[in-house]
Amino acid sequence: MARFRVNGEEQELDIEPDMPLLWALRDELGLTGTKFGCGVAACGACTVQVNGNPVRSCVTPVSAVEGTNITTIEGLAAAAEQTLTPVQQAWIEHQVPQCGYCQSGMIMAVSALLANNPTPSDDEIDGAITNVCRCGTYPRIRQAIRSLGTTA
Amino acid sequence: MQMNRRRFILGTTVVGGGLLIGYASSGPSKHRQANSDAGDRPFLTTWLRISPDNTVTVLVPHSEMGQGILTSLPMMAADELDADWNLVRVEQAPATDLFANGVLIKGFAESMGVSIPGFLDGLASAATMKVAEIMNMQITGGSSSVRFTGEHGMRVAGAAAREMLLKAAAARLDVPESELSTQLSFVHHRASGRSLSYGELASDAARFEPSAKPTLKTPSQFTLMGKPIPRVDIPAKVDGSAQYGIDAHLPGMLYAAVKTSPVFGNRLQSVGNTEAVLQRRGIKRVVELDDAVAVVADNYWRAKQALALLDARFETTANDEVNSRSIYAQYETALQGEVEEDVVEGDAPAALASATDIIEATYRVPYLAHAAMEPMNCTVHFHDGRCDVWTGTQDNLGIRGRVAKVAGLDENAVTLHASYLGGGFGRRLPTGTNTIDQATQIASHFEVPVKTLWSREDDMQQDYYRPAVTSKFRAAFDKAGKLTAWENHYIGKNEPAEAAHTPYSIPNKHIAYAVSDTHVPFGAWRSVAHSQHTFFLESFVDELAHRSGQNPYQFRLGMLADKPRHAAVLRAAAEKAGWERNLPVGHAQGIALQESFGSIVAQVAEVSINPDGSVRVHRVTCAIDCGRAINPDTVASQAESGVIFGLTAAMHGEITIANGRVEQGNFPDYEMIRMRDTPAIDIVTVESGEALGGLGEPATPPVAAAVANAVYILTGQRVRELPLKNYRFTAAPVERAV
Repeated sequence: MARFRVNGEEQELDIEPDMPLLWALRDELGLTGTKFGCGVAACGACTVQVNGNPVRSCVTPVSAVEGTNITTIEGLAAAAEQTLTPVQQAWIEHQVPQCGYCQSGMIMAVSALLANNPTPSDDEIDGAITNVCRCGTYPRIRQAIRSLGTTA
Repeated sequence: MQMNRRRFILGTTVVGGGLLIGYASSGPSKHRQANSDAGDRPFLTTWLRISPDNTVTVLVPHSEMGQGILTSLPMMAADELDADWNLVRVEQAPATDLFANGVLIKGFAESMGVSIPGFLDGLASAATMKVAEIMNMQITGGSSSVRFTGEHGMRVAGAAAREMLLKAAAARLDVPESELSTQLSFVHHRASGRSLSYGELASDAARFEPSAKPTLKTPSQFTLMGKPIPRVDIPAKVDGSAQYGIDAHLPGMLYAAVKTSPVFGNRLQSVGNTEAVLQRRGIKRVVELDDAVAVVADNYWRAKQALALLDARFETTANDEVNSRSIYAQYETALQGEVEEDVVEGDAPAALASATDIIEATYRVPYLAHAAMEPMNCTVHFHDGRCDVWTGTQDNLGIRGRVAKVAGLDENAVTLHASYLGGGFGRRLPTGTNTIDQATQIASHFEVPVKTLWSREDDMQQDYYRPAVTSKFRAAFDKAGKLTAWENHYIGKNEPAEAAHTPYSIPNKHIAYAVSDTHVPFGAWRSVAHSQHTFFLESFVDELAHRSGQNPYQFRLGMLADKPRHAAVLRAAAEKAGWERNLPVGHAQGIALQESFGSIVAQVAEVSINPDGSVRVHRVTCAIDCGRAINPDTVASQAESGVIFGLTAAMHGEITIANGRVEQGNFPDYEMIRMRDTPAIDIVTVESGEALGGLGEPATPPVAAAVANAVYILTGQRVRELPLKNYRFTAAPVERAV
């Protein structure tokens, strides 16, 4: 049995301990906002937060998150008791997404970064946000992050 | 006009009241019902529905893959209609015959002088599909949606609906139409102070015959076009609710993982260890296909784990001997032999024979994969003699037809559930059908939905690739240093046909190509043949500039006297970038220019060499003339996207073939530009007011040459092969003549 909380809800799943969290979320729980991109932690599309830390769920076995609090894109705003978080609002304001497929992972990674460091430098952004966006929305992601930094 | 076409508008009342307007480009001219008669099918490209509650619903027949089409097209209809944007609703047009995209076909036919778009050549010649089926499609590609469907369909439908509403209001108020005006979804009669909403008038309006040639607005009358309207698809893309094909999640659904022959086209020979695999938890079945084997389970990870335990053997063919080196050798041989003439102007061979100064160069670029972020997938559910399909595709109708064909069903027995695309770039055109075929065949063994999902490795190693190309140049100067001859022989002519045609005025040109096919599947890759040829053309022109001691920018400008739009775009880029002014020490700029898909783009890249000899791109200035911007923010985002896509190819993109198979498998060995490598990007739009140009692709081609041209200035080394990751440069600045 794998036990953890997802977006505030207790989950108890009869699954193999080595099943990556990504597939538990998507196929077992139907939480499809978290995306599959590479399966080897190279692109970040599958990023979720485990106890507030950004984690690439495609290589994280459920045994490693036993008893933790997991937040996915679906629960991000609710966890902050908001309709949309400031990061999500900035994403709309700056018209960041294109195809949008990588953006769940981007938003989860950026939200975790800003929770610890509300005004990251460009180098800190580059170091923390290593996710791939094939549409190339990086300039707008940077603008959106900066806009949050200046209002923080 | 070669084609015998009829354009017409269908207007009709819908159940519950309201007005439904459809724009079509062929078919029965008098029918006022939205049904399709066999034999004379209407190809409706645009639907507008005006409801009694005064909302306007626009049905979009193209796929949203990040280019903002769900916003730009409705903007065009709503503007002509004088609709209140807050009352506009957007829906994806269903994948039925009624929405086959005739306007797109027409647009391509007119611009290319052919009846079938060339990037569908593979499809047209494929024995599995008939030409008739080509016409039955909803393609999103060729940077075409706004300039064809939008300009010729959406605007006309909106304007026709407005005219019908005015007629209905004139009758209702008993006043002449000339006394009426429209604004924000109302018709106003200023003299009497009376107003009627479109919703109130919709049913009456449906009684009037729509005009096939309504009066369109002039740009000064636009209320939405030209304004940066926020995209309607973005809110769902920040909270995880946007549904992509991969997100189909249905009761009782199963998941398939597939291993396809690593050497393209080799057949499956045998599968071992099946019994043990079937014992594993959640495994339902092992399905053998012609060139692949699949494991179906109740969870994708279980299917994928089990697949790795199967002992799948594939046949060996001559293709197992093919590698990148042998392909390039094959290209060399082909270019030594007979070539097909592409452009012949003047007498380039004679000019070369008599020239005193000849410059020669051979360029080449490797295969590229698309690497769309959403790995290829398709969910198929067979039930009750029908089937339902969920997948993100650049051609909903084409994929519906493809599934029907593979399943042996009538097309009308297949329902395609359209979804967002996690990247397109040509990967999800109907030419890339292997996932669709596999998914259909695998699901046919079940009565529950089956999601066939490719891993990143499957996606990268079973792609339809941007082809590797070799391109050879010779050029000659006369004694006065004037360029007199241009000879370019290259491998494989693909679409667009003009991709290898340099825009510069040169008296003698001989452009020709040799066909040299390989077993590596061909695919359209964002900007198609422009992606290779712009690198070749604009790098070689740069070589010529330096050889003749001229500034690369001025040299180009001097050959554009008869192309004022090109010259204006080149100037705009150079001015915005501050061409060669106030550059930091160790930085240099390169410039490149290309027209593609109706838009002209010039880019200036500012580059330096890192201490480890790798290339750093600091800034890309991108000037674009797309005629007019419909949604300026989308123009900017597509240009930014195109630059980064082109930069990824220039810096990192390389698919190599060894033993007949692709060597790269995932992002670590097929790297992408990421945040840390992203240059500052400045976009300048040049509003020429000319015919609308495309936007999805034109910003991709020039950047590789712009960067490589700057590298030459910094190092003295001419980059004639990509990607740049394969070089370690030493800074050795070129002595500049100018």
